[in-house]
Amino acid sequence: MDVLSWVYSSMDSSLRLAVPLVFAALGGIYAERSGIVDIGLEGKMLMAAFAAAATSALTGSPMLGLVSAVLSSVLMAMMHGFAVITWRGDQIISGLAINFFASGLTVTIGHALFDMGGQTPTLSNDQRFNALEWPGAQWVAEHVPVLGSFYHDVISGHNVLVYLAFLLVPVAAFVLFKTRFGLRVRAMGEEPKAADTAGISVSKVRYQALIITGVMCGFSGAYLSMAQNAAFVREMTAGQGYIALAAVILGKWRPVGAMLGCLLFGVLSAMETRLQSVELPIIGEMPTQLFSALPYILTVVLLAGFIGRSIAPKAIGQPYIKER
Amino acid sequence: MPTPAISLKRINKRFGPVWANRDIDLTVMPGTIHGIVGENGAGKSTLMSILYGFYTADSGEIAINGKPLSIQSSQQAIDAGIGMVHQHFMLVETFSVLENVLLGAEEKSLLSKVLNHGRKALQRIGKAHGMEVDPDAIVGELPVGMQQRVEILKALYRGARILILDEPTGVLTPQEADRLFEILDQLRSNGVTVLLITHKLREIMHICDQVSVMRQGEMVAHRRIVATSTDELASLMVGRKVGLMENKPSTQIGEARLTASGVHYTDSRGIERLHNINLELRSGEILGVAGVAGNGQSELLKILSGVITAQQGELHILTSKGEQRFVANESRDARLFRQLGVGHVPEDRLKQGLVPNFAASENAILGYEGDAKYGQHLLSTDNIVADTKTMMASFDVRPAIPELKTANFSGGNQQKLIIAREMMRQPDILIVGQPTRGVDIGAIEFIHQQLIKARDEGAAVLLVSVELEEILALSDRIIVMVDGRISGEVMPSQTNEQELGLLMSNAASTIRETLEVTLPEEVSP
Amino acid sequence: MSRVNVQEVPVWLTSVVIPLLQLALALMVSSLVVLIVGENPIEAFRVMVQGALNLEFGGLHNTLYYATNFIFTGLAVAVAFHAGMFNIGGEGQAYLGGLGVTIIALSLDHLLPMWLMAPLVIIAAALFGALWGVIPGILQAKRGAHIVVTTIMFNFIAAALMSYLLVSIIAPLSGEATDSRYFASSAVFPKWHELFEGAAFSLLNPTLLIALICAVMVWVLIWRTRLGYAIRVMGQNPSAAEYAGINAKKIIIITMAISGALAGMMAVNEVYGAHSRLILNYTNGFGFIGIAVALMGRNHPIGVVLAALLFGALYQGGTELQFEMPGLNPELILVIQGLVIFFTGALERLVRNPIEALYTSTRANLQAGG
Repeated sequence: MDVLSWVYSSMDSSLRLAVPLVFAALGGIYAERSGIVDIGLEGKMLMAAFAAAATSALTGSPMLGLVSAVLSSVLMAMMHGFAVITWRGDQIISGLAINFFASGLTVTIGHALFDMGGQTPTLSNDQRFNALEWPGAQWVAEHVPVLGSFYHDVISGHNVLVYLAFLLVPVAAFVLFKTRFGLRVRAMGEEPKAADTAGISVSKVRYQALIITGVMCGFSGAYLSMAQNAAFVREMTAGQGYIALAAVILGKWRPVGAMLGCLLFGVLSAMETRLQSVELPIIGEMPTQLFSALPYILTVVLLAGFIGRSIAPKAIGQPYIKER
Repeated sequence: MPTPAISLKRINKRFGPVWANRDIDLTVMPGTIHGIVGENGAGKSTLMSILYGFYTADSGEIAINGKPLSIQSSQQAIDAGIGMVHQHFMLVETFSVLENVLLGAEEKSLLSKVLNHGRKALQRIGKAHGMEVDPDAIVGELPVGMQQRVEILKALYRGARILILDEPTGVLTPQEADRLFEILDQLRSNGVTVLLITHKLREIMHICDQVSVMRQGEMVAHRRIVATSTDELASLMVGRKVGLMENKPSTQIGEARLTASGVHYTDSRGIERLHNINLELRSGEILGVAGVAGNGQSELLKILSGVITAQQGELHILTSKGEQRFVANESRDARLFRQLGVGHVPEDRLKQGLVPNFAASENAILGYEGDAKYGQHLLSTDNIVADTKTMMASFDVRPAIPELKTANFSGGNQQKLIIAREMMRQPDILIVGQPTRGVDIGAIEFIHQQLIKARDEGAAVLLVSVELEEILALSDRIIVMVDGRISGEVMPSQTNEQELGLLMSNAASTIRETLEVTLPEEVSP
Repeated sequence: MSRVNVQEVPVWLTSVVIPLLQLALALMVSSLVVLIVGENPIEAFRVMVQGALNLEFGGLHNTLYYATNFIFTGLAVAVAFHAGMFNIGGEGQAYLGGLGVTIIALSLDHLLPMWLMAPLVIIAAALFGALWGVIPGILQAKRGAHIVVTTIMFNFIAAALMSYLLVSIIAPLSGEATDSRYFASSAVFPKWHELFEGAAFSLLNPTLLIALICAVMVWVLIWRTRLGYAIRVMGQNPSAAEYAGINAKKIIIITMAISGALAGMMAVNEVYGAHSRLILNYTNGFGFIGIAVALMGRNHPIGVVLAALLFGALYQGGTELQFEMPGLNPELILVIQGLVIFFTGALERLVRNPIEALYTSTRANLQAGG
């Protein structure tokens, strides 16, 4: 096989695999920067994936599917907010609860709606987000060496959500570091008391951040069931919410850093499928499970400070108690 | 007569059965510095919290510049032109000075516009009031005095014309405190009204125009500074004449029990907390350690009791249980020190000395849970409860119920339980930190008696206290700590509070005209 | 401010009434879900109770069999909680425990009889679980890596590792695809119905007794030993632990080893007792249920056992649901599980605060009146 085209198609699939992680990681950054640990990314993604596929299957409109994904995910985020902001509950426990709730609810409702063991019917192409061919991609691929096929294979030919994901990365960086809202979000994550005494409502900003987290996870889930795949399958997130969280840590709570982490994990995950039963020289057949474990191993290694330190926002995980 | 800047009438605030503020009246004239003094728990902080919208009063009227107001939130207080500098700064350490000042007062949604506008305004305000700060410096990297300036600027940027400062000098070096007073003076001449909450009378006398005294939730007096004295204020605060307790000096000072030589300690943030500490603690003496809180006393207590390890220097312990030399950086724990007969009454009983959720009997063995009589691996409940009963009886801990949850005892009784635990085994060395902080009068006397008794029985006692009165009354010898160093050693019979005050503020710094009584440090609730 | 003598809220209220109300709330919301999918929640409840408690089809036995798993994983979470740590890694630790059991059983099952095999298997399960718990413990103690995140990561690492070992090494040994071969029947625990003539078929086996013994041992450990004392001081007030000379690092590591060992012992029930072989993904989320069980049981062994019974019943009842009510899916259990964690854990103040306030004010009124 042509090495270049193998590389390009690997990059292409890495990119696609990274997309749901990028959305979710951005969501995680908003939440965590505001001081709220969100291990419920997974559950929100799952819920959104189901809502997207189910709505699209029932209405035939991928846009409605997307809207429903975002709404359901935001609803879950508000559940988290209600528990941890309003009632100052434990953020880890709440996140876990949401994950279990989502895995149960998606299958229960899916089963009742479609009677397919929790799956949704396979979506037809007009019920999904389809690839967009960029102008002249075919022509360039045929006439421009190397870069032409890069343009054709890697840049062009994705669905709109892929571009949205990578567009939202600089947007997040801008929002967090260049706007008033971002300043307030970051203040919540570091020293909520300071923000409170400055007359900013801690609850309000944290809820706002969680709404954004919900929207992001909504996109992520919609991508999973309506773009990357053509149906909802039970537990289809398969730990990607946690991988996104790992990317947040790896990226030191910064959008671009997290995106790079997601891309790295995307590459690992692409390799997992591409190297399945491939005999490599010297090593022999690679245990592909290694690739699925690597994101987690990397995160542990990073957390243990073996390769640099990743320091979380200072006030993260602590409920804000107004009384002094 | 001009309209008062602040006018409070019959303010009441109750927490359960406790009156934090009762029928408080207060009038503060514009462009003055008005002091509010009172002991720990007198209700000063509650009153200020009501003024700044943290709490809402149960009843009463607030008028700012003659306008009646009901202040429900900090935002409303800010809108009314009130700014507050908290005892613990409300700053985001990872943000720049400018970002901290602007937080919550950003008028545009784009940060670059906010920052440009804010930078100019900040420079203008800084110049007007004589406070220059680098707007781009990261707050966490600034010295404490500078951080406090950021807090003041923050309030002024929001248009504060009334500034509340809560114990502003508690964290400052004497030089920084002097600088703060200059700034306050400047603010006053610019027409800003300053409300200064403190327990340090000399500060009140030094800078204020008016002073109001609080005691047990009530406002007991208003005075013009020119018409009062520290003596009067002190007796108003405590409601009785302040007198020193009788000090019977030790008769039998014996051999050195604990020797520290060349001890240096740098904390995890890289700040040097102790610098070249040399001291000798002998049997039969109480060695008092005086100093403003935060000058290395906490670290000294922890090192001498084995809780933490110094990076340089060594300790030598000689007791009836044995002799041991501890070199720097060697891993050790407090248990080893206890086995050598070192008792330790920690300075913060709820944070260190107790587990509030445990039964009293469980706390009665904290640190001694490894003692053989409490069982090899399984704990012997019978022996534990029996010992607890003994402790409760001999140290008058009430109620004497070993099973009762520790949080349900009063502060004084919790403290007596700790002291009982640490003294029960008749330690040869007793390291004591702030033994009477937040403890009622009756318990204070009892605790003092016990410390003297321990000394008379031959224990070597190290007493760290921010209360000069306590140090003077109990100590046989006093060392003073400033900035992690021992700045002097005096004998109580040959010194007075003036001299100690000088040593504590490190005589090298600017000496203020009057150095008067320093009353108990207010601890954060 | 002078300290007010707070009236303590009695244990029956905090440990019985409040958790039951929280459970009721969780079940009510679950009923709503059942209503939404167009089924009758009361009927569903009836089916589940029937499925969980009947004797003729082994319902009660299977309830107890499931409860056995949850006692182990619940105790694992509870022990760590007492030291102030949240061990979310029970799933991975239990999975690794299965590896321990399998290695011993596959190598010795034709040599040793059951009564020699069982102790070895128990030790192996505990050791392997402990290993998987102690690594995050060490990383927390020595390197400051947060235990919540590392234990989550270790679940996934365990899944990948075990999938590799099973599919590529263990299963091919005896020509299987994804699971190990069956262990020799002479070397495994007999099941309930094999011991008692006429009992219905179930997966219940003597591991239940081991689980109950573990519950007693955990109680003794936490409230009656020096180690347990140190664990509780650590969990409630780390500075007091430092003051007392308790070695925090050591306690973290030991506690995580104990916690991991308890989770690992779930494999004794599943791999050794019930299925007599190692099945791919055998843990089936049971490790996570330990979190709900510990929360509900207020981290007390008695509470854990009771909560484990409840979840055992939910599980067994849930599997019956699909046969009786085709509109419902056994995954409904996950909804209930999530909601129980939500209402007893994350949102616990929603019930606790008003109840405690009510108690305090009623009491104050009574005292004022009398």
